[in-house]
Amino acid sequence: MATILHNFFNLEILWAALPYVLQGLAMTLLLCLVVVPLGVVGGLGVALCSTVRTPLVRWPIRVYVDFFRALPPLVLLIFLYYGMPFLGVDLPAFVAVALGFFLNNSSYYGEIFRAGIESIPRGQTEAARSTGLTAVQALTYIIVPQATRNVVPDLISNTLEVVKLTSIASVVALPEMLFAARQAQSVTYNATPIVMAGLLYVLCLWPLVRLLSRFEHKSIVLH
Amino acid sequence: MMWARFLDTFFNLKVMAQYLPKILEGMLVTVQLAVCIVATGILAGLVLALVRAFRIRPVNWGIILLVDILRALPPLVIIILFYFALPGVGIRLSGFVSTWLALSLVLTAFAEEIFWAGILAVPRGQWEASRSTGLTFIQTLQCVVLPQAVRLTIPPLTNRTIAITKGTELGAVVAVGEILYQAQTGLSFSYNPSPLTLGAIAYVVLFVPIVYFGRWVESRFAWRR
Repeated sequence: MATILHNFFNLEILWAALPYVLQGLAMTLLLCLVVVPLGVVGGLGVALCSTVRTPLVRWPIRVYVDFFRALPPLVLLIFLYYGMPFLGVDLPAFVAVALGFFLNNSSYYGEIFRAGIESIPRGQTEAARSTGLTAVQALTYIIVPQATRNVVPDLISNTLEVVKLTSIASVVALPEMLFAARQAQSVTYNATPIVMAGLLYVLCLWPLVRLLSRFEHKSIVLH
Repeated sequence: MMWARFLDTFFNLKVMAQYLPKILEGMLVTVQLAVCIVATGILAGLVLALVRAFRIRPVNWGIILLVDILRALPPLVIIILFYFALPGVGIRLSGFVSTWLALSLVLTAFAEEIFWAGILAVPRGQWEASRSTGLTFIQTLQCVVLPQAVRLTIPPLTNRTIAITKGTELGAVVAVGEILYQAQTGLSFSYNPSPLTLGAIAYVVLFVPIVYFGRWVESRFAWRR
């Protein structure tokens, strides 16, 4: 018991490492503030493009979505950060992470928005168009608001995964929370900073998890 | 000129041929890891959901707490805790076992939630009807509730499982010899990112069929319209 306390919940080390880990938390928050909106906007764009009837637009979007859904995000990130410099393109860690997350997230959010748009009956578009709205107006005022409302649980669920995924930025030495915690661990030879980072993740994300499991318990319905 | 440089950098056939066996080896490890994770994660999730069906208050609170924590923690944090923190208390796990346990736990949490939602979806009236025909609690669960619940959970469970098996790439951080690790090692030995391209191709080859399978399952088992 004493070893566990000493190794995982060492108060002395906790106080010493707290400022670093909190700095990391700030970086994690900043990262989320950049990648989540980028992903949502990109995903909406992807979904709108996939509703276009022209195969010239629809098929490349399909390939894009399937490719980035199949490619694991860390592989993409390492490719951008360690691979691109060989071509003379030196991306700073933050830019590499933002770009990698954008490519990955826009395809995930895109699939969610697409499902939402498909859940709106076609008759609504036709009705909107016949009242004189343009195609863009019909999308902005009629289809997208309803589509978004229908997929709110999926959007929240994906956002939770994105926030958790920002921890992989530690692999390319972006000083977010996990990176800060690991640095503190390697200096102190004690795992308390990592446990602390874990606790901070749980503390920040727990409300979101609770909210989601409420949605989920209602989502599966027997007919 | 630019094109030639691009090809030489990312599609250098000589380097690719040299590292192909390593990447194939990595693919095998990735598949092994994924199979282990899926087997233990789904089984443990089902067991937890069944235990929860008995509705023993303190036990259920424990399950909910565990599931919530596992859903809020990034998988990489759990892997790093297992691999770098447990040795502090004398428990040494290999990278493979750390990754396997960590991702299994994450899958357990998600699977438990999904199975539980499926069990809840079976109307209370069916429980009451089966119990009044003389079936025991366990018989009701086994013969009436579970067959319906499991069928309902297939689409969300498939998608979640696919997402979590993609997390096997995180094993590279703790030196598991899966695809990404082999590709990174290849990159640093050859000083050419072609092994990385090869690794990305390997992932796409493995996962594109799985993504399509997930989409098929979703439409095949969709009861919702």
